[in-house]
Formats: sequence, structure tokens, C-alpha cells
Amino acid sequence: MHDTSAHAVHHGVPTSFIRKHVFSLDHKVIGKQYYALALVAVVVGMVLSWIMRIHLGWNNFAIPGLHLLSSTGAPGNVLTPEYYLQLMTMHGTIMVFFVLTTAPFAAFGNFFLPIQVGAEDMPFPHFNMMSFWITFVAFLVLVSSFFVGDGPTLGGWTQYAPLSAVGAVAGPGQGLGVVLWASSIGIFCIGQLLGALNFITTTLDMRTKGMSLMRLPLSAWAWFITSIMGLTAFAVLMPACILLILDHVAGTSFFVASNLVINDQVLPHSGGSTLLWQHLFWFFGHPEVYIAIVPGLGIVSHVLITNMRRPLLSHRVIIYSMGSLAVLSYMVYGHHMFVSGMNPYSSLAFSFPTLVITIPSTIVVLIWLGSLYGSKLRINTASLFALGFISMFISGGVSGFFLAQPSIDIMLHATYFVVGHFHLVMAVAAIFGIFSGTYFWFPKMTGRMMNETLGRIHFWLSFVGTYCIFMPFHYLGIAGNVRRYQAFTDDYLIPLIPVHKFITIAALLTGLAQFIFIYNLIHSRFKGALAPDNPWEGTSLEWSTATPPPHNNFGDKMPVVYHDPYQYSVEGASTDYVMQTSPEQLKNAPDEK
Amino acid sequence: MAKIFAVTIVLIAIGSAIPILMHTWDMPQDISTHGHLIDEQYADTMAEAGISFLVSQFLLAFFIWKFSSPKPGAKIKSFPGGAAGLVIAAFLLVGTEVLALGVFGAKAWASVYFTPPAANALPIQVQAGQFAFYFRYPGPDGTFGPLHADQISEANANFFGLDTTHDQDSKDDIVSAEMAIPVNREVHLLMHSKDLGHSFYVPELRVHQDFVPGLDLSIHFTATKVGKYEIVCTQLCGLGHYNMKAYLEVKSQEDFDSWIKQQAALQ
Repeated sequence: MHDTSAHAVHHGVPTSFIRKHVFSLDHKVIGKQYYALALVAVVVGMVLSWIMRIHLGWNNFAIPGLHLLSSTGAPGNVLTPEYYLQLMTMHGTIMVFFVLTTAPFAAFGNFFLPIQVGAEDMPFPHFNMMSFWITFVAFLVLVSSFFVGDGPTLGGWTQYAPLSAVGAVAGPGQGLGVVLWASSIGIFCIGQLLGALNFITTTLDMRTKGMSLMRLPLSAWAWFITSIMGLTAFAVLMPACILLILDHVAGTSFFVASNLVINDQVLPHSGGSTLLWQHLFWFFGHPEVYIAIVPGLGIVSHVLITNMRRPLLSHRVIIYSMGSLAVLSYMVYGHHMFVSGMNPYSSLAFSFPTLVITIPSTIVVLIWLGSLYGSKLRINTASLFALGFISMFISGGVSGFFLAQPSIDIMLHATYFVVGHFHLVMAVAAIFGIFSGTYFWFPKMTGRMMNETLGRIHFWLSFVGTYCIFMPFHYLGIAGNVRRYQAFTDDYLIPLIPVHKFITIAALLTGLAQFIFIYNLIHSRFKGALAPDNPWEGTSLEWSTATPPPHNNFGDKMPVVYHDPYQYSVEGASTDYVMQTSPEQLKNAPDEK
Repeated sequence: MAKIFAVTIVLIAIGSAIPILMHTWDMPQDISTHGHLIDEQYADTMAEAGISFLVSQFLLAFFIWKFSSPKPGAKIKSFPGGAAGLVIAAFLLVGTEVLALGVFGAKAWASVYFTPPAANALPIQVQAGQFAFYFRYPGPDGTFGPLHADQISEANANFFGLDTTHDQDSKDDIVSAEMAIPVNREVHLLMHSKDLGHSFYVPELRVHQDFVPGLDLSIHFTATKVGKYEIVCTQLCGLGHYNMKAYLEVKSQEDFDSWIKQQAALQ
């Protein structure tokens, strides 16, 4: 713990437009930039999913204007089989990397971690600025693949080798498209590594006086744990991407075995390993799932506590559970590879930690439920999304029981069951976490309140719509519906097409409802009611500074912390809540050390 | 608002469970000797996951209903047993559950992967390539001839790259685009890929295995019901992935014998 006066951050109030809004060193501006990038990315990703869903429900449906995106990929405005896969790949890549990683972690974390620890800024503001702009370049590189060569890669967001490694001979987008994909993700990794470095040092080194680690709010803990995962996971994905690029441009064969034949020609590769890519990718890929969801656990806990007017039953148990999830996330990745041809004994070895990881997840859910019991729950859009998150996390979590077992995975691997599982537990739950955080923190970020009525309409349509989309995915998977098919021509899949049509309609409507959110976001930014400093009567440090916070976060005087982060409904206290900065002595604080 | 939300959660939970309980969409009927172990494991898991799902959602809904509009001056109550009780419950309940699932699931997995094929199992080789499966039977000599990647030619219908001029063992090999197997006889399937990653998935047979370029893999199974089933690819392999399939015909021994004779005559 440090007195931050010793760590005065070396940048003054910016005066030029460029330093203020573009190449800003201020963590709050960088957080908003990440949020804006995620917002653009999520709209792109969602529109891609609409096109895919329409195509899956009605294979020959002409989507007006689609040929403008690609005249060869959508002749007559109808998707070709390869272009379906190319859009699918971009949907997955954009959503996982540029939405689920950037919004809950980089956007909110950048804005609020330094404030919640009581710092003026992050310790390396230039790295922080670079982190965003590198991520932005990565996004541009990825999107550019729509417009060059024969379009983006069709290999899926997992880019399994050797499909991804043998070049254009494997199909459209497999030459330049893959190189751009791997370059984009490699660049993205650099951005995230710089970000993770800043998050870790901010948490360890920049805490203000009185802010012990255990006095950090759960959101700060979640970002801290996530940044440690990011540091180790992206450090593995980046070299994997470099090796993949080398297989394309330098004639190497890291991921391509000998004697492979395409178009009756033996490929000029030898000695590579197909499974090496899968090991490297999933060693990153499974922690990545938790990089997407752990910030959500922290944000939802933070929002719920404020709205339950009580601390969780145990602060430490949540922290230890999130830490356990992070550690275990590296030991379970092989469950993506049960039927990959990996040694079947390895499958069992990966199965047990995968089953065990349900224990910390269950503990988190039980602590939430147990804390709801006897609380004074306030219902608002932020708490509704937080409670919706819990519901999604449970629904998506229980299907993990199936996929953790190699024997059942024989039936469910690569089916829509998996798609339903990860969309609920990782994608939609994380998005609900983002929504919850947005409605909660928007006042602090912008100085204005969001419209509550529009927020609640947005919540209801999203909550019901999401279940209508993703629950049926599980049923399709149970019936053996294979994923990543652009049309269902197999005899046993044809009867399932009506379910796909239902899902498509639900997806279109739920997607449309998101424009209510975007309208609310933009309208409230300029026309919303002015926000007070502490609209939700919160206790952590972000609520003890001005709204929006000044350039150095706390003005002339750095805060001093006297209490645990969540002193709500403390008997004997003068108010319903006691802020961390309040010097009031508390006799009955349950968790006070 | 909170009460409507609570009711919605309950309705969604029940609505989600109905198609499962009614078996509206179910796994296709099992036609293998090992499949019942997988199906039992699936049913046990569904029961445990289903109960966990319903109980958690109901509790969530109940607490939202009950604690969202506290009376003025109401005091915070603590959950009986507190955090320690819940952590112990999670370890005991979920711990026991996952241990049981893991141990019994391992048995089902072992029945597929840890037992060697029977000595008299029928060997069949399958090759996956963009976007078709081809099958090879060893012919009367019971031996597969060697493969020559450089001799693979779609145009000449030499899908495996056989050299029937020089390789004695290849001369009687039978190649087919359709897979036929005799009922109630174990099949030893030898798998390799010509080009990229593919997969061999027959839901009715409870068999699912990826092809890994550069690796020779094998699985074994016994089909118990005569019929025609679909083999589909589940590993994304390019633009024709959705259409990469073949038929598996499970035949009586006599029908299989005559089919093999017909195929031999066609070579």
C-alpha cells in the first residue's frame, strides 16, 4: 500500500483537442475509447449474426443491399456457403476479442480501477494510450479483410490448423484473410499485454492510504485477477499467431503435417503438428472465457451489493472463488479437445478439473443467492441486469456439466449445444454484466443519468429475447445439430429447420431492442438529467469524487480509506451507508478488520 | 416490477424444462453396444443439472419476490449458516456430484477408448478429404495395400493413392463412397485425413472422432440395428463442410457379404 503522493502521475491537464480526446493519457478517456470501440464492434458483430440467422432460417432469402458488402460473397443478395462461414468467423472474432474482452475489462477497468484504488491515474499512461490505439489498429486490420483479396478467413474464430495454415488452396479467405486475422489478433495481444501490465501495477502499487487489498471493491479485484490471466494467456496466443503467419509467408510448417493432398497436389509442407495449434489456442482460449466473464462477476457483485444495501455474505470467499476460477481456467482447456485425437487418457485428466471448476462457480452463485436473502433489494435497470446476469450464468453454467464429460461430449461436441452453452454463460452473461455496469456507472462517466424507463424496456426485451434465442440452441444440439453449417441438408437435420426459424425471429427482435439501449446511451449523454455525485448511495471511492471526476480523479486531496468497501446498513451508523472515505468510527461493522 | 420479474424467471425455467421432460427433441435412438453407457451418463447428468437449474432459478426468483420491497425500517437478515454453510454445501453437494459424474463418466469413456478392438473385428479404413469420405475394405487377403500421397487422383478415381500395379496387397482392396457394415459385428475403423481436419460423427452410433492430418487414429464399435444412417463432418473444413456426408448402411451378414462381392466386382 502506498501513499500516491509519491506516485504523482506525470501528465498535466491536457489543453489540445488531440491530447484531450484522441491520444489521451487519461485512463478515463481511454476507458471511454475502449467502450466506444466495443460499441462499434458489437453492432458490427450483431448485424453479422442477423445475416447468418436469416440465412439459416431461409436459405435463399435475399437480404437487400448485401451484395454491396461483397458481390461475390452475396450474388443476388444471397449468401454463398463460403461467405456464410466468413461472416461467422468475423462474428466470433469481433465479439470475443473486441467486445467481450474490451468492454467489461478494458473499458470499465480503465475508467474505474484507478479511481476505486484511489489513484490519480495508471502508472504507465503512455502504455495505456498505446494499449487502446494498438487495439484499434488490430480492429482495423481485422475489418480490412472484408475488403481485400477474396474476403475474410472462413476458418472460425478458433482458426484450426491446417485449414488455417495451408493458404489459399484451402478455400476463400484462407490466404490473405488468415494472415490479416492472425496479424490482427497478434496486434490485439500486444495491446492487451500493455493493458494488463498497467492494471496489475495499478492494483499493487497505486492504492491510496488505507486501501489494503482486502478493502478493494470486488470489481477492482475482478479486473486485477483478469489482468493476470490476460498477461499469461495473450502471451501464449501472440507467438501462436506469429507461427501461423510464418506458415503462410515464410514456408514453415509449424501446423501442417507431411503428405497432405489438396486438388491432387501434395502440399509443400512437412513435419508440423495439427494438434499443436489446438493446444496453444485453447491454452489461451479457455482463460479467455474467464477474461470475458470474471469482470462480469465483479461488476455484478458491486452493483448488487449497492442495490441490496448489504455486503455479500463473504467478501473473501468471492475473491478466492474468482482466483480459483482463474487458476483452474488453465487446467481445463483440454475439454475443447476430447474428440480431437488427443490421447484419450488426457481427456479424462482434463475432465476432472473441468468438473471441479463448477465448485467455485457454484460458491459465487450461492453467495449471491444467500446475500439476496434478507436484503433490502432496490430494483432499477442496473440491478435488473445484474440479477439477469445471475439467471444467465446459472443457465449457461449447468450445461457445462454435460460438456465437462468426455463420454457425453461424444454426442454434443461441435453441436449447437456447445453454441448455446457458451453464448449464455460467456457471451450474453458478460453482455448483461456490461449493461449492468453501464446503467450503474454511466452517471459517473458522463455526469448525466440514463433514462430509467427506456432502460427497463431494454432489459425486459433483452432478458426474454435472449432465452428465446439460446435455450433452443441446446435442444438442437441434443438432437445432434452440427454447428458451422450454412444449410441443413442432412435427413435428420431437416426437421429442425423450424426451430432455426424461431431462433432467427427471436434474434432479430432482440437485436432490434438493443437500439433502444444505443438511443438511450447517446440521448442521455447529451440530454439526460444531471447526475449527482453519488446517485446510488454507494460507498466505494468512485462515489466520493465529483461527477464526472476531475482530470486527476480526486482534485486537490487524495482520498484516505477507513473502511471495507461495502459498509451498508451498519447498525449504529448515522446513515444507511458509510463511505470508504468516511472517518466515522463503526462499532458493528461485520467485516471490519 | 420485481414480482413480475420473479414470475418471469420461474416461467422461463419451467418453459425451458418442458421440452426436455417431454423429449420433444431428443438424441437419436442408440444403435451401438456401448451407447447405453453414454445415454445413462447423459440421463444422470440431465437429472442433476436439471435439478440444479430449477432450484437455483426458483431460489433466485423467490428471493427477488420476497426481498425487493422491504418495509420501512426493515433490518438486514443473514442467511442461516452464513457464507461458511454455503461454501460447505457447495463443496459437499457439487463436489459429490462432480465426483460421481466424473467417476461414472470415466467408465463410459473407457468403454469406448480404453478397450482394444476384438481380434476378429472387421477392419475398415476411412479417409476424409474436402468434402467427402471414402472407405476401403482390405479384400480377401485381409491386408490393406500402402498409400501413396503423390498418386491420389480425383480424376482417375484413385482417392486413396493406391498403386495396384506394383503393390500386391492393394490389388484386392475395395474402395467405396458408402460405408456398409454387418450388424452385430465389431468394426475397427482406421481413420486418416487426406488434407485437413475433419470429423466422423454418427449420432445413432454414439461415435464421434476427429480426423487429424498426420495422425492415424482408430476407433471401434458394434452396430446392433440394421438401417441406413448418416455420417457427417463436424470439424470445419471449408466451404463445402455442411455438405460433407456419407451413408452408413448396417446390413445383415448375408446382405453385407453380397454387397462386398458387388463392390469387388466394381473395382
